[in-house]
Amino acid sequence: MENNVVLTMRGISMTFPGVKALDNVDFTLRKGEIHALMGENGAGKSTLIKCLTGINAFEAGEIHVDGIDGAVVNHSTLDAQNKGISTVYQEVNLCPNLSVAENLFIGREPMTRFGAIDWKTMVKKSQKIVDDLDMKVDVTQNLEEYSLAMQQMIAIARAVDMECKVLILDEPTSSLDDNEVEKLFVLMRRLRDQGVGIIFVTHFLEQVYAVCDRITVLRNGQLVGEYPIAELPRVKLVAAMMGKDFDDLAAIKTDEAKDFTNAPVEIDAKGLSHAGTIKPFDLVIHKGEVVGLTGLLGSGRSELARVIYGADKAQTGTLKVDGKEVKINAPIDAMQLGMGLLPDDRKAEGIIEDLSIRENIILALQAKRGMFKLLSMSEQNRIADEYIKTLQIKTPSRETLIKQLSGGNQQKVILGRWLATDPDFLILDEPTRGIDVGTKTEIQKLVLQLADEGKSIIFISSEIEEMLRTCSKMEVLRDGAKVGEITENLTQENVMKAIAGGGSDE
Amino acid sequence: MSNVKKLTGKRLFLPIFCMILVMMVNIVYDVANGNFALNFFTISIRNGVLYGRLIDVLNRGSEVAILAIGMTLVVSSSAGTDISVGSVMSLSACMCCMLLAGYGVSSTNDLAVPLIVGILGGLVIACVCGCFNGFLVAYLGVQPMVATLILYSAARAIGLLLCNNLIVYVRNDAYKFFGGYLGFIPTPIVIAAICIAVMAVLLKKTALGLYVQSVGINKKASRIAGLNSSRIILICYIICGLCAGIAGIVSSSRIYSADSNNIGLNYEMDAILAVALGGNSLGGGKFSLAGSIIGAYTIQAITTTMYAMGVSTSVAPVFKAIIVIIIVSIQAPPFKAYLRKRSAKKQLAKGVE
Amino acid sequence: MKRKKMNSNTLLLLITIALFVVMYAIGCIIYGSKGFSHFQTFLNILITNSGLLCVAAGMTCVMLTGGIDISVGALIAMDCMFLAVGIDRWGWNSIMLCVLVLVIGLVFGFVQGFLVGYLEIQPFIVSMAGMFFARGMTAVICTDQVSISSGLFKDIAGIKIYMPFNIGAYTNSKGVLQVPYIRVHVVIALIVLVVIFLMLRYTKFGRSLYAVGGNEISATMMGLDVKKTKLKAYMLSSFVCSIGGICYCMNTLTGSVQQATGLEMDAISSAVIGGTLLTGGVGNVIGSFFGVLINGTISTLVKTNGKLLSSWSNIAVAALLCFFIVLQSIFALLKARKK
Repeated sequence: MENNVVLTMRGISMTFPGVKALDNVDFTLRKGEIHALMGENGAGKSTLIKCLTGINAFEAGEIHVDGIDGAVVNHSTLDAQNKGISTVYQEVNLCPNLSVAENLFIGREPMTRFGAIDWKTMVKKSQKIVDDLDMKVDVTQNLEEYSLAMQQMIAIARAVDMECKVLILDEPTSSLDDNEVEKLFVLMRRLRDQGVGIIFVTHFLEQVYAVCDRITVLRNGQLVGEYPIAELPRVKLVAAMMGKDFDDLAAIKTDEAKDFTNAPVEIDAKGLSHAGTIKPFDLVIHKGEVVGLTGLLGSGRSELARVIYGADKAQTGTLKVDGKEVKINAPIDAMQLGMGLLPDDRKAEGIIEDLSIRENIILALQAKRGMFKLLSMSEQNRIADEYIKTLQIKTPSRETLIKQLSGGNQQKVILGRWLATDPDFLILDEPTRGIDVGTKTEIQKLVLQLADEGKSIIFISSEIEEMLRTCSKMEVLRDGAKVGEITENLTQENVMKAIAGGGSDE
Repeated sequence: MSNVKKLTGKRLFLPIFCMILVMMVNIVYDVANGNFALNFFTISIRNGVLYGRLIDVLNRGSEVAILAIGMTLVVSSSAGTDISVGSVMSLSACMCCMLLAGYGVSSTNDLAVPLIVGILGGLVIACVCGCFNGFLVAYLGVQPMVATLILYSAARAIGLLLCNNLIVYVRNDAYKFFGGYLGFIPTPIVIAAICIAVMAVLLKKTALGLYVQSVGINKKASRIAGLNSSRIILICYIICGLCAGIAGIVSSSRIYSADSNNIGLNYEMDAILAVALGGNSLGGGKFSLAGSIIGAYTIQAITTTMYAMGVSTSVAPVFKAIIVIIIVSIQAPPFKAYLRKRSAKKQLAKGVE
Repeated sequence: MKRKKMNSNTLLLLITIALFVVMYAIGCIIYGSKGFSHFQTFLNILITNSGLLCVAAGMTCVMLTGGIDISVGALIAMDCMFLAVGIDRWGWNSIMLCVLVLVIGLVFGFVQGFLVGYLEIQPFIVSMAGMFFARGMTAVICTDQVSISSGLFKDIAGIKIYMPFNIGAYTNSKGVLQVPYIRVHVVIALIVLVVIFLMLRYTKFGRSLYAVGGNEISATMMGLDVKKTKLKAYMLSSFVCSIGGICYCMNTLTGSVQQATGLEMDAISSAVIGGTLLTGGVGNVIGSFFGVLINGTISTLVKTNGKLLSSWSNIAVAALLCFFIVLQSIFALLKARKK
């Protein structure tokens, strides 16, 4: 092992049922560096982290940690912690109901001679820890009294005080404002100077360039490369993350660019917003148009769609559907107006896992009809069979539980659920995530076919290629705000430039 | 081996298995005592009404069966239990009897108001209780058990207030009917059958079942798919309250009085046990009404059997408690995981050989 | 930033204490002529509720982990019956019986704790089964109402401990000086309270109860053994409950199957009124102590009135419980919105 290397991972491989999550990935972390781990959804970032911290068991490869002889295999986060690998997540893993001092010392409290917890010493030591890190915290207060940013820093302080060599920061800045992020960076730099190796997982490009020394990029479970920060400008980074693999997907889009300016308007949003996630935006979608929402993960592309659909209630602005101003309080209101939403988190918000394919398909249609107008069983069977057939869902029977299907087939069932309601306007949030290439093509074709039938569609995807093939217009988002709209010259380069934003024109 | 697995994997395996087990115990007991082996199943007509241990089970089990209907929905939709049903039974009985006898009257032969007013009064107050529980659970996000704890302790006391701290007797044949006989069949059996039938039709002819299960399995996804999750949970609690009300009136009609302290005592336990015994997970989600109903009658069969064997009323809970623990332990995920690990090890060992 | 902010939990506790003071003051004003304002009335609340005090303290510990134990009332009935029958019918040694009761409590708690902690069964279901088991076992021991008519146990229970320096003493209508007194079981209960208070504050186990209730995943991540903590919590609850059973028995000197029904609800409502969150992680025995006092004051007020039905005290406690539950959930909603 090199002298200044604190952690090496070599040839890490791991498969989830049907998916190669990590394929022979290498990763090296040096002492006193901040190392960004980048990649889009499903690239394998979190899987790699989980292999390191013992949450996932990897199948092949070796991990070496400085100061420990032989390969290291962690069986739990606790195990990893004891070997000097600490993780601070976006969701703080501390106890909000305990004081800051206790959170720093729980499990290793200083004791008095009488075997009682020595609160005085504990408070004194804790105060020193936070003061040393320049954090303005009263350690006797409960953790929950402090902002999320401060809680995160306290979690970091705990990790540092437990003498960690490797500090993993997993999306720590997702819910912080600029000011808080800056404070976090100060802390990170200070730790770096103390010799801690920091792995920084994030999807904010600015932040990577603001604080990191080195970048490792993953894509589709494979290592793209490791770069010193100076050698990888933004556009190249985005290209590395998104990939330019012009795979076997045929060019399914017809070349003639359609002009929608004269088509009737389906959705007309003005100034819609949702506190904390989406700044006020305007959006017009014509009948038969496929609009892509692009931007990196966390840019607000999903949230924007959810506000239109009423999954998150809009706090300001107006929405016109078919020219009529409407008020949407809950998803059912949007559905009655002919909308549908295929959510990005299939497991949490899409499938009803213990119900059959049939029940999952008819659910939305049934909700639209109301409780007392039950679809007859023959009707249900007909609808289920129809979509199993047209969407080519691979299943032994329509009564199979949806949780027994593969990801791609589950996605098709949810798609079938919405098609069954005969929507005028569909929002597809990451419809192709985690599914095989063949199914991806099918879904893309379907999107175009639906558009031809006059349905309006919002298409959200991390893969630009896919959006280029399907969309006639792209809205670009960054930090919860719409920063651009591309209607002409829809090329990969243009889109990437727009996503990467400032500093990209070199 | 695989056949056994197929059988035990069936949804209704647990309740039916338990039912058969209880029946077997009865047969063995009767044989051991030199009685006719099928004593349990013998139905005869005495004094113009049906008679027999089986009829007794069906009759006495009516209240639990009715409660189990509502409890099934509550468990399925909110992954929690309504522990107030016993107290609500008592409250509804008190309301009904108080209306029928008039406030402050302790015993009456004539009805102060038409029968239907009393019954409706009892049912309405039960529904109000259900609504209260449902509101706390669905809209304020209180854990079901805690939300229903309030009425668990208050409903009985309110009932006592309504009855002016008296045991109100309504010695009127029209009222006695609900706990008496319809022709030669005990009326409670008929009422329970009607309740079950109505619920079965509701589940068959409306989307209630689909909605409830969907919300119970994944509240978020259900909302995205257009269901009003909170309202559906509220409806389940109201139905549960209504069921408790019906059960309360049947229970009170049997003794033609409203004995606030004793009506519905410990019935919440039986109702929850019925749901669990019916093969339904107490963690919510998929449910089987048939399972719960069979579970309810199985519990009554256990109780009746114990009494027949001379176990006293007050000792019976010991056995019930043991049965509950066995059932939930078998269903517990860590236990299942342990079994899986063991069988995997066995297979591995076999493979090595 | 350094200024001490009052958090919602302290606020809840203060509301509770204020409520008690106001309630007691009103009682003194309205029923002063009926002797409510005498210090002895206050001490009587402690005497009649000494068992509940212990139980509420144990319940608080379980609730801190986010669990619940509704078996306590039945367990007390079982303890009382065991003591009463043991002393009166079998003629066993009182001390030995008390030790046995405590051991039974530990074993009982171990089983419940194992089922909750290691088999991950809902606490409510487990303790409900525990409740039925204990209530049934009470009947197995004996179905009659048994009184303790003589012996060491009764002698100890009969000891009056007078207030030193004649605190709160008054002369009654016959001109005899009445010095307020407490009984041995009150002392036991107060010791239990103090010990649990110290344990919650100054031991690793005490703090891990809070941590587990605050966030189980975090607690695991920070190296605490969540399962073991839960097991210990239920053992502690049942053990303390058994001490409460002895106190209860000293007060009533009887054992009967229907004894202490609904005591679990009194304990839970006392804890909740005292600011213990049902979701776990927040609360302490001081709050629960005041919760018990409020409970006791309500029933004493209803009794002193003489005309009100006793069910009013149940309703009042339930209404208070409802008030505090709603308050808690509103605080929780506000907190969630702030984030």
